[in-house]
Amino acid sequence: MIAKLALAIFGGLALLCGLPLVVETYTLFNLTVFAAMAIFALSLGLVWGFSGILSLGQSVFFGLGAYAYAIAAINFSDSTPALVAALAAPTTLALLIGYFAFFGRVTDVYFGVISLTTSLILYSLVNSTSDQSFVIGKAPLGGYNGIPSVPPINWPFMPEWTLGFEDMYYLTGVLLLIVYVGLRLLLVSPFGRICIGVRESETRAELLGYDVRKYKLGMFCIGAAIAGLAGALFAAWGSFVGPDSFSVSFAAQAIIWVMFGGLGTLIGPIIGCVALQAITTWLGQVKIIDPNIVLGLIFIAAVLLLPQGIVPALQGLYRRFMPRRQGSGAA
Amino acid sequence: MELFLITAIHVLYAVASLFLMTAGLAVIFGMMGVINFAHGEFLMVGGFAFVLAVQAGINTWVAMFLVAPLVCVILGLVVERLIIRHLYGRTVDTILATWGLSLLLIGIASVTLGYDQRGVGQPFGSIAIGAYREGVYTFFVIGMAAVVVALLYGLLRWTSFGLVARGTMENAAMAWALGADVKRIYALTFALGAALSGLAGAIFAPIAGVMPVSGTIYIAKAFITVISGGPLPLSGAVLASGLLGTVSELTTIVSTPVVGHVALLAAAILLLRILPSGITGRFFRGGV
Repeated sequence: MIAKLALAIFGGLALLCGLPLVVETYTLFNLTVFAAMAIFALSLGLVWGFSGILSLGQSVFFGLGAYAYAIAAINFSDSTPALVAALAAPTTLALLIGYFAFFGRVTDVYFGVISLTTSLILYSLVNSTSDQSFVIGKAPLGGYNGIPSVPPINWPFMPEWTLGFEDMYYLTGVLLLIVYVGLRLLLVSPFGRICIGVRESETRAELLGYDVRKYKLGMFCIGAAIAGLAGALFAAWGSFVGPDSFSVSFAAQAIIWVMFGGLGTLIGPIIGCVALQAITTWLGQVKIIDPNIVLGLIFIAAVLLLPQGIVPALQGLYRRFMPRRQGSGAA
Repeated sequence: MELFLITAIHVLYAVASLFLMTAGLAVIFGMMGVINFAHGEFLMVGGFAFVLAVQAGINTWVAMFLVAPLVCVILGLVVERLIIRHLYGRTVDTILATWGLSLLLIGIASVTLGYDQRGVGQPFGSIAIGAYREGVYTFFVIGMAAVVVALLYGLLRWTSFGLVARGTMENAAMAWALGADVKRIYALTFALGAALSGLAGAIFAPIAGVMPVSGTIYIAKAFITVISGGPLPLSGAVLASGLLGTVSELTTIVSTPVVGHVALLAAAILLLRILPSGITGRFFRGGV
C-alpha cells in the first residue's frame, strides 16, 4: 500500500514536471482545466463509487464552489477567503441536502433526482439574475451572462502576488495529486472502510451497529467540498463562471467520465475525465465531424463493450496475463 | 369568473403538456426499469418528422398522428434491438448508453437538418373567453392528454398485451417461466413509449418549434415527473404531472415563470422526501 502510494506520488510529480518540457503552452493551458475537471470527477467517483450515493447533480457543488469563489474573490480582492468559501458553501449545501435525504431514507435513483433537481433549481435561479439589481457585495450575478473577470488565485493573504497560468498548472496538478492521495488514505481508514461496507449492503452495515445515515452524510460532504475546490480552480482558470455549471448536460458529463473510466476506482474517473475531454477538445479543433456524433458512439460502445469502464477492464486483462502477481482491489 | 376560468384552463394546460412530455418516458421506465435519457431526442425526432412532413405537403393530422409516431416507433425498435436489449436490469448503464444516443441523435440532426429552429403555424385560431383570448390549440393539447390517458388505460387494463406487459413488470422471470415472450414484450413496450414521445414531439412542434437541441428542454422535467410519480407508469405520470403542473402554473401566475419552474422542482424534492419512492410507491399499488 505505502509502496504503491509512493509510486503514485512519484509518478504524478514526474508527469507534472515532465509535461511542460514536451508540450506547447496552449496544451498546458488545456491540461490545467483537465486537471480541475479531474478533481471534480474524483469527487463524484468517491461519492458514487465508494458509498453508493448516485449523485446525479454533483455539478451543483462544482457550480456553487465556482460562484462562491468568484463572489468572494471579487468582494475581498484576495483569493484566500474565496477558496475557503468555495469549500464551505458546497459542504453546507451537502449537509442540508444529505440531512434532508439520508435521514428521510431516500435512496437510489430517487436520491439522484433530488440532487439533480437541486442543481436545476440553482440553474434556473442563477439564469434569471441578469438584472443589475442582483448584486452580492461588489459582485453582480450576471444571470445567463455569468460573472466575467473573476480574479486569479494569489499567494495566501498576498493579493499582489497572483499566479500566472503556468503557476496555475502546477497548483491544479499538485492539488489533483493531493486529493487523489488523500482519498486513497481516506478509503483505507476505518471511516472509508465502513463507507465501502455501506455501499455493499446498507442493511448489513446497520445490523453491525453503524449509523449508515451519518457515514453517507460524511462521504457526501467530503465529495461536495472536493467538487467545490474543482469549481474554484475552474473559475480562477478561465476567470469566468456561468450558470452552465449547474446544467443537466454538465452533470451528466461527470457521470459519464466516472462510468467511462471505471466506477469504484479512483484512477478511473481521472483517466475517463482527461481522455474524454481531450477527445472533445481535439474534435472541436479538427472540425471533420460533429463532436456529438463521435462522443455519442463512444459512450454507447463503452457501455456495450466495457461495461465496467476502462480501468477495471485493463486490470482484468493485466491479471489474466500476469496470473502470479496478486493485484489488490481498487486502483 | 372569467379570470377563474382562464386560470383553470392554464393549469389544465400545464398539467396536460407535462403529462404528454412525460408519458413516453414513464411507460419505458415503469414497465422496463430503463431510464431513457434520449427521451427528449425522441420528442425532437417526432417534432422534426411532423414539421418536415407538413412542409412536404402532407395533411397536418396525418403527419401528427401517423408520421411522427411511426418514425419514432421505427427508431425505438432499432434502438431497442441494438442497445437497450443488452442492458436490461442495469438501470445506470442505460443512462450512459441512452445519453450517448441522445448526443448521437443531436449530432445527426444538426448535421443533416442544420442548427436552425423550424416550425409550422398553429392549426387553429383563438376564441374569446370574456375579455381574454385563448388559442384553440390549448384545448386541443388538453384533449390529447385526456385521449392518451384513456388509450393507455384501455391498453394496459383490457388487452392481452396489457395483461402480459403488467405481468412482466411485476415479475419478468415469472412471466418468462409462464411462457410470455419477455423480449418481445419489452421491444413492444419500448416502441409504445417511443410512439408516445413522437406524438408529443409533434404536438409541441407548432407551439415551441423544433431544433436539434430541443430535447434538452424536455428531459429534466420529464425525468423528475416520472421519478416523482413512482413505479406505476400511467397513474404515476398522471398524478405527478397533475401535482407538479398545478404547483408550477399557479406559482407562475402569481409570480414569474422562473419562480414557477423553481416551485415545480422544489415540490418534487419535498414530494420525494415525504414519499421516498414516488407517489405510486406508496399509494395505488397494483394499479396501472
